[in-house]
Parts: sequence; structure tokens; C-alpha cells
Amino acid sequence: MKDQEEEVHVSESPEDTRELGRELAKRLKPGDVVALEGGLGAGKTLFVQGLAAGLGTDPGIPVTSPSYTLVHEYPGPVPLFHLDFYRLTRKESVLELGVEEYFDGGGVSAVEWAEKFAELFGPETIWVKIERNAEERRRITISTIA
Amino acid sequence: MKVLGIETSCDETAVAVKEESRILASVVASQDEVHAPFGGVVPELAGRRHLELILPTLRAALDRAGISPDQADAIAVTSGPGLVVCLLVGLSLARALAYAFRLPLVGVNHLEGHLMAILAEKEIPFPFVGLVVSGGHTSLYIVEGWGRYRLLGQTLDDAAGEAFDKVAKLLGLPYPGGREIDALARTGDPAAVAFPRSLLKDGFKFSFSGLKTAVLRRVEQLRDLDSARADIAASFQEAVVEVLVAKALRAAREFRLPRLVVSGGVAANSRLRENMLAAGQNAGLAVHFPSLGLCTDNAAMIAHAGLERLQRGLADPADLMPRAVWPLSGVRSSHFT
Ligand SMILES: Nc1ncnc2c1ncn2[C@@H]1O[C@H](COP(=O)(O)OP(=O)(O)OP(=O)(O)O)[C@@H](O)[C@H]1O
Ligand SMILES: [Mg+2]
Repeated sequence: MKDQEEEVHVSESPEDTRELGRELAKRLKPGDVVALEGGLGAGKTLFVQGLAAGLGTDPGIPVTSPSYTLVHEYPGPVPLFHLDFYRLTRKESVLELGVEEYFDGGGVSAVEWAEKFAELFGPETIWVKIERNAEERRRITISTIA
Repeated sequence: MKVLGIETSCDETAVAVKEESRILASVVASQDEVHAPFGGVVPELAGRRHLELILPTLRAALDRAGISPDQADAIAVTSGPGLVVCLLVGLSLARALAYAFRLPLVGVNHLEGHLMAILAEKEIPFPFVGLVVSGGHTSLYIVEGWGRYRLLGQTLDDAAGEAFDKVAKLLGLPYPGGREIDALARTGDPAAVAFPRSLLKDGFKFSFSGLKTAVLRRVEQLRDLDSARADIAASFQEAVVEVLVAKALRAAREFRLPRLVVSGGVAANSRLRENMLAAGQNAGLAVHFPSLGLCTDNAAMIAHAGLERLQRGLADPADLMPRAVWPLSGVRSSHFT
């Protein structure tokens, strides 16, 4: 049986949060899925900006919030698929998005508001939970399977 | 020439009929009775919903224009950017109509549709500064002509329209919240809370996520949201509007352009219209907003952009494919570029 491993970090600034994303990216390979949870303004998009930088996507293309457009694709040595379930209320819509194709695809998927449809994520998913403690402080828990 | 325009790239299912100088019909399903049979659902992006709505919407547009489908001279359709499942609904209909009635088919970029929407109802000479502000985009361009767009800057995180809707949610207002904030702000004090104006002095880039978080903190600190709601709405709206006005005017000044066009869903915001027009008047700059129906997602802007492309000989092959990613810099202006 595989063990769940939890790392707890404290981020003191937006830059710290980005840096944690960059660090995590070094351990990712195509097909990995990063599920982000944490309320509005927790720093999920910021963390994904770090992931993108760590994966080596084009720094000239800003990593913006996909809440409206639902999916952003960033080409690179390892492509990044940035999804956001914020506006979705029905599981059919999520499936229609083609999440399964993204998850099985040749890149890393990062999903904001993943906890809304937690049942779609397999056991290998890397969960990143961001909690707002103070104005600039965030507690970031990264759970992986050892 | 009558162009039938079809738009399914985002939340709205829309069909329009456009002649050179006139919009004959512009139907948007969610704002229209064709939506009624499906109940007052909150718009949610879904290919299946587009599929349910597309034929009733087409029928309504043709009825209103008073033509039958074989009387159209060309078909224009949004072919990107967007989700393939959604784009394919419009594209399939467009391809079928073009094939059945032997009509030319032209694919239009959704962002180009917004940026140039005003030209569907009004002539504006080039060049001009173009600001597109919607739920998914906040971008500033120099528009030198059809297909000649220079991106000056865009948002680095949240789009302005997204900030409106997320803040509306924080304030407990119904979705979509942009309109609700606009209305509520009229009874509030725009100077009540000094919310941040991110990157105000910093070129043509935008950032609205810090503002979202500042509103969140403010709401959390409140004892009584009900008595503060209007002031927060007004102060938030003021912060967004101030940044948009400052950057659009700076672009006009820096590049010595005498005209500015604001488009996209947020261009329907009354405070933005008011302040941008006033600032333009002070600066000797002609400021233009499309009428409301051309600001939010619609197919008249797609029909018009299609018409312009066809007049330049830019028809597309019958098997036109969707393009999920399609920046405006990739839009052709002629056969040679
Ligand atoms: N330590 C920190 N880590 C991350 N963000 C921080 C931190 N301190 C302050 N912030 C601010 O919090 C905001 C985080 O916004 P962001 O858009 O990334 O959140 P989000 O979780 O993606 O929100 P949403 O639910 O709207 O998608 C930014 O404005 C950022 O500057
Ligand atoms: Mg986000």
C-alpha cells in the first residue's frame, strides 16, 4: 500500500507562493495532475504561475486566471494545461470540457477549485491546499503519494 | 451582401444577419425567448446547451431578418479562440449551411469580433486605440486596420469582468454580478474605501487579483455587510474604472492617436462609459462605445468581421476547423501576410 505524504509550507508573500510552484514543477512529469483547493484569492493562480515558470513555458505569455475561459494551454518542453472549475456547477460540463483527455495528455494539468468535483481525481493526484492565515501569509499543504 | 453570423465560442449561443450598412437581426439566446423552453438556467459553458439552442436561435434570427437561409450570401462563424466542444457547434452548423446552399464560409476570431464590433454600426477611421474588457479578457491594442492589431498590454491575472463577478459574489449579489454592481454602486460612495489601483503607473499591463483580495479582506472585517455593500461596490468599481481610463488615455497620448474604442462586456458598465467619455473630452480624444447589444457576446460583430474578410477575398475552406488558441497577432489581414 502506498503512503500519503504531506508537506506543509508557510508562504509569507506572493513571491514565496510562486517559488513553491516553481519547486513543485521540478518534480512533475507529463500526465501529472495538480489539484488546487483554497477559497477566493487564496493564491491558486499565483501558484500555477510558479508551476508554469518551473515547467519552462514561454515567459512572454502571462499565466492568467482561466475562471471564465475554463482552460488555458501553455506549450513548452512539458506543456501546461490550466483548468478552473470556479464557474462549473454540473459534472457533465466538467466532463464535456475533456478533463480526462487533459489528464491523460502529454502535459501537466493544474486545476483550480478542484475540490468542487473531487471525485474526478485519481489517487495519484497531487493536492495543493492553500489557506489564508493573514494578509500575506498562506499555509500551503502539498499531498502526494510517496 | 447578406452575411449570416454564428457565435458559440463562450457562454452565449448567438446568430445574426448583417448587410453592409445594417444589422438585420441579432439574436442572443439567453436574452431571448428562444431560451425559455430550457428554463432560467444560470449560463454555464457547455457544448450540449449550445446544441439545444442553436437551431431555435437560427430560426429566430432568420425570421427577424425576414429571409430564408438560401437568401444569405455568405456564412461567418467564430472559429476560435475557445473550447473546441463549443466552437464545433457553431462550426458544424456553418459548414452544413455553406455546403447546402453553396455559400462562401469564413472563420472569425472572437477577439477580433469584439475589438471591431463598433464598426458594425458606425464608421470609425483608423488608427485607433482599442480596449477590450470582458469576463475573460482585458487587453489594450493599437488598431491600424482590419487584421492589423498591435497588442500593447493585457492582464497578468484576472480580467476586469471576472473581478466584477467575483466581487459581486463576495458581496452576496446574484450571478452574473457585473450589472448588479453597476446598479448598486449608484447608491454608494466611490471614495468610501481606498482600494488598490494595481500597476496604475506601470505601462499597459493590468492586474485585478490584488483588488479582488482587498475586497475580500474588507468584507471579512465588516460587522454588517448590508450597510456597507453599496459603498464597497462603488469603491471597487471606481478602482477598476480609474485604471482602465488611465491606461487607455495614456496609450492614446503616447502613440498620438485621436480616437479610442472600448468594447467587450464591461464596456456596458455605466461608470466606465461616463468617466471614459469625460476624460476623453478633457484630453481632446474621441471616445466611442458600441451600443449595449454589440458590447456583450453577439453574432452581429462576427457577421460584420466576416463580411470585411470576404470583401478582402479571405474566405476559408469548407472544412474550416476550430482553433482553441488563436491570439489576435495570428489573424491574417490579406492573402500575403
Ligand atoms: N503569500 C501569498 N501567497 C499568494 N498570494 C498572496 C500572498 N499574499 C498575498 N497574496 C495575494 O493574494 C492574491 C491571490 O490571488 P489569486 O488570483 O492567485 O488567487 P486564486 O486562489 O487563484 O483566486 P480565485 O479563487 O479567484 O481563482 C493576489 O492578489 C496576491 O498578491
Ligand atoms: Mg485563480
